[in-house]
Amino acid sequence: METTIKATNLTKSFGDFTAVDKLNFEVKKGEIFGFLGANGAGKTTAMKMLIGISKPTAGDAVVADYKVSTQADLVKKNIGYMSQKFALYDDLNIKENIQFFGGIYGLNAKLIQQKYQQVVDNLGLENYVKQLVKSLPLGLKQKLAFSVALLHQPKVVFLDEPTGGVDPITRRQFWELIYEAADRGTTIFVTTHYMDEAEYCDRISMMVDGKIKALDTSKALKKEFGAETLNEVFLKLAR
Amino acid sequence: MKIVFIIIRKEFKQIFRNKAMLPIIFVLPLLQLIILSNAATYEVDNIQVAYIDYDKSLSSRKLIEHIKGSSYFENPVYFESPALAEEAILKDKVDLVLEIPNHFEKDIQNASHPRVAVRINAIDGATAGVQNVYIQKIISNFNKTIQLESYNPAQQSLNYSSIESVTSFWYNQNLNYKTLMVPGILVLIITMLTLFLSSMNIVREKEIGTLEQINVTPIKKWQFIVGKLFPFWMIGLVLLSIGLLIAKLVFNTPMLGSTLLIYAYTSLYLLVILGMGLFISNFTDTQQQAMFIAWFFVVIFILMSGLFTPIESMPVWAQNLTQLNPVAYFVEIMRMIMLKGSTFKDTGVIFMKTFIYALVMNFLAVWSYQKKN
Repeated sequence: METTIKATNLTKSFGDFTAVDKLNFEVKKGEIFGFLGANGAGKTTAMKMLIGISKPTAGDAVVADYKVSTQADLVKKNIGYMSQKFALYDDLNIKENIQFFGGIYGLNAKLIQQKYQQVVDNLGLENYVKQLVKSLPLGLKQKLAFSVALLHQPKVVFLDEPTGGVDPITRRQFWELIYEAADRGTTIFVTTHYMDEAEYCDRISMMVDGKIKALDTSKALKKEFGAETLNEVFLKLAR
Repeated sequence: MKIVFIIIRKEFKQIFRNKAMLPIIFVLPLLQLIILSNAATYEVDNIQVAYIDYDKSLSSRKLIEHIKGSSYFENPVYFESPALAEEAILKDKVDLVLEIPNHFEKDIQNASHPRVAVRINAIDGATAGVQNVYIQKIISNFNKTIQLESYNPAQQSLNYSSIESVTSFWYNQNLNYKTLMVPGILVLIITMLTLFLSSMNIVREKEIGTLEQINVTPIKKWQFIVGKLFPFWMIGLVLLSIGLLIAKLVFNTPMLGSTLLIYAYTSLYLLVILGMGLFISNFTDTQQQAMFIAWFFVVIFILMSGLFTPIESMPVWAQNLTQLNPVAYFVEIMRMIMLKGSTFKDTGVIFMKTFIYALVMNFLAVWSYQKKN
């Protein structure tokens, strides 16, 4: 199996404080990788380095064949990102958002039109095409943001708590979109605080105080820590 | 280039979609231009005069008639005593008190130095000075009349020769303050609007979280900055056009120099302001912070621009500071080109300084716009 993300001693310090301490892990192509950890464990800092907006203090990571330390621009071209904040333009409609984000990744007009039609059909957005994105229900907004992050067919998509504040049904639908993308060979790197969502991941890493303390499939983790649920595993580790 | 175009297209869509902002951008500034140009004036008139006449003679009445005849003064109001007149000054009902003593007429007839007292409310020193000049002029006119009336060929000594100066006013022959104010106020409006809009722009994207998204895309720093600057640069030039049109149609302001030169300068000038705006937005996290910082600079720029108080009369350190004030350059160059007909040759130094300013400002803006962290 091909490797899409490979972190080697990835470290970030701010002065004396080491936020991310020598991370080593690999994520395979098409894998859904759950990146868990308590607030302040260093997840966001690690993710910022992986998406090329923060330089590692030491170590490095190869993402989609490029080094985040020296080839950040090439990394950015080959990844998609969806933050926990809804980050499409509220005051533009669906098509204008797709034109903008498709355009800056260099998609041509014909392809953009095609992708737009695809997104509208897939998500059932026909009734919303004339409205500004701000008037969409939150669940639809999140699904749209995910689809926009996939427009340029990135090798890997980073999702930072993508389903915060979304109802369980919509979350389930959202995860179906994630599965579809993974089936097409897109690697998914996702952070979440919902343990049921973590169960959907192929493998899960748990971060505590800047270090990865556990990394395996859900089943293996539960066995290793002698726990019934992932929640227990998390509580044992985080304490 | 294509990416820059895509950013510009998005910015324009957002600007023109915001129905609340459009009138703020295009209508309010022009209302300001019309209102302020008519209201902000250096002229001193409608002066309220009180007089106390102890003499109650023909001469004292004549002197009062002279004041009535002047267009700068309102009809003088009579007061019984200096105390009452002082009370009126305290209440701001009167600007100037003229006191005519007893024996005024007798002193004139005897040629024994007739005197009157003038008291002026000098809280605003500059205005009081002008009022003093006006009243002195009236009194000296009155002097001439009584000298002519009492002219006696036998008294040759009265016939002294005097030097009279003839003043001519250049570039603004009618001393029309609107001619002076319109170009200046237009400058202020263009500056304020483009600075506020640009300084709040990136911060807005920070606030709503789209900037983080942009940072993860392959957009380059310069592409983002150019894409962000360009729409406001265009808006600045559109405002200039509407403003110049109003200056011509409403105020009939002269345009002695080249309009093209004004556009050339404004294009350059806007780069300074927009660079400054983006610089501010890079160092702030909320639109509120950006707004306050922009205000801080705008107030200094305006009050030290030479529009309301001449730069020449500022203390030396303040004069040196105005070297860093882009508004001062713009006000100066607008007046030079519109009112004096100055050419590129005359304004070259200001062009050069503004060019360097734009270069430095935009270097700082690009440098501080950090895509990383």
